[in-house]
Amino acid sequence: MQRLKYRICSFLKYLSLVLASFIAIMPIMVVFFASFKTSKEYRETGPLVLPQNWLNFENFRRAFGEGNMLLGFLNTAFILIVSTVGAILLGTMVSYVLDRFKFRGSKLIMTLFLIATLIPGITTQVATFQIVNKLGIYNTRLAAIVLYMGTDIISVYIFLQFLSTIPKSLDESAMLEGASYLTIYRKIILPLLKPAISTVIIIKGVGIYNDFYTPFLYMPNRKLQVISTALFKFKGPYGSQWEVICAAIIIAIIPTLLVFLLLQKYIYNGFTKGSVK
Amino acid sequence: MFKFSRLSYKKQRKVIILLFLLVPIVLLITFSYWPLEKMFVYSFYKWNGFSKHKEFIGLNNYIKIFTEPKYFSVFKVSLYYLVGSFIQMPLALYFATILSFKIRGKNFFKGVIFFPYLLNGVAVGFIFLYFFKPDGTLDTLLGALGLNQLIQKWIGNPDIVNFSLAGSSVWRYIGFSFLTFLGAIQSIPSDIYEAAEIDGAGRWAQFRYIIFPSIKRIVELNFILSIKGAISVFEVPYIMTQGANGTKTFVIQTVDAAFKYSKFGLGSAMAVILLIIVVIASLIQNFIFKDREM
Repeated sequence: MQRLKYRICSFLKYLSLVLASFIAIMPIMVVFFASFKTSKEYRETGPLVLPQNWLNFENFRRAFGEGNMLLGFLNTAFILIVSTVGAILLGTMVSYVLDRFKFRGSKLIMTLFLIATLIPGITTQVATFQIVNKLGIYNTRLAAIVLYMGTDIISVYIFLQFLSTIPKSLDESAMLEGASYLTIYRKIILPLLKPAISTVIIIKGVGIYNDFYTPFLYMPNRKLQVISTALFKFKGPYGSQWEVICAAIIIAIIPTLLVFLLLQKYIYNGFTKGSVK
Repeated sequence: MFKFSRLSYKKQRKVIILLFLLVPIVLLITFSYWPLEKMFVYSFYKWNGFSKHKEFIGLNNYIKIFTEPKYFSVFKVSLYYLVGSFIQMPLALYFATILSFKIRGKNFFKGVIFFPYLLNGVAVGFIFLYFFKPDGTLDTLLGALGLNQLIQKWIGNPDIVNFSLAGSSVWRYIGFSFLTFLGAIQSIPSDIYEAAEIDGAGRWAQFRYIIFPSIKRIVELNFILSIKGAISVFEVPYIMTQGANGTKTFVIQTVDAAFKYSKFGLGSAMAVILLIIVVIASLIQNFIFKDREM
């Protein structure tokens, strides 16, 4: 009897997992199928039918070319790299100073960063837009870069958290050997912050790659399109050509999938460490 | 040549504090505090965003938002997403629990449940447009199961569209709750379970008396994040329907008011209200957390 109950429980457990996986994968899977279908085939077969020819890359060619997705990737990569590097440099610098030096105003600065976490970026966009405009960086890549760098307070928290676990005696013994504060930051603090840095890279990277709002609002120029906005442009004119849109979706997803498969372990760590704080 | 390391530590200290804080603080003030201040000021004006002329109208923008149902009704839309997240959390908790124990294919299932969270927001919008469109994936699936009578206009019918959108939102964000729960459960030392098993505690008892109490804070955090999230939903409905058919959320309404209809004053007033709600939610969260720590 006990055994039977155990078996049923186990069966239900796996059933629920298989069902959940089906629900998670299926919406993406059908898009994948459609991306290989010819337009005639797309019209005549249902979404669940497999494509006849898995090597029909025509839709991908069209999506990539007509959607100018290479430009999207280049812009995304540029913005992502510059703002992530910038955010990490600025974040580690602020946290180093705030954690290691106590000075007049250090409490105030800490509080300023703290309160800023309470302000969700999306609520202040209307006014931020005016400021970006005034600074003359509207419709430049710089707009997105400074916004990603400037509003990043979460990374400061992650760095502060890690810094408090690095013993101050390390700094002190380096000082005995005559190292400057700059050297201490570069040669001791930065290397020891590596796990925190990888966490921030992952969280920021995912956030920037997937962000739609910032580029959509601040960089409407066609030449500045990123992956999100490139994809969004398919909406109107391709309304009836779902097979091309589907190829574009898959093109946008591929980098995410690759990074996920390669860095799975770090991604899990990054998110649990970053979100719980 | 000037060498930084030649300076005394006292001087170095001054230079480094100044040098390291300058840019971050300028950015913080320019993109966090300056907009905040502007937003409050704009909210008392009638202004189209670019003309030199601004008209001070006091609280009129706020009065408009609270008295015209067109502006206030967006809160009802948030309720769908809030309900969605109350479905999302128990599911995420269930999967996090069973995937914390020995099970076959653990990493595969973990990856599959979490992966949607990593997807591009626009891609998710499109994927679900394709999923819900007439003769799309959902209709075909229902047909295959012989449930033809359930087929609906998932996006076209105003009575149903918000359920569809909230469903897509659950699909997108469940991985996040799942992962935070998983992280919390895995931080429980395993000998506690062993001790419980020796005492004859079944799985359900273990969940109730060991797992649930130790992840309570994460559950609370998820609750508050859901409330914040439900109020500030933007991407999924904006990409899928542009807010048509009664799917406008507070943020879409704000963006439309400011950028589409050039009512920057009104848009700012709406943003101020949104901010106040979010701040209240955060304060409640902090209050609950403080309480627990004592």
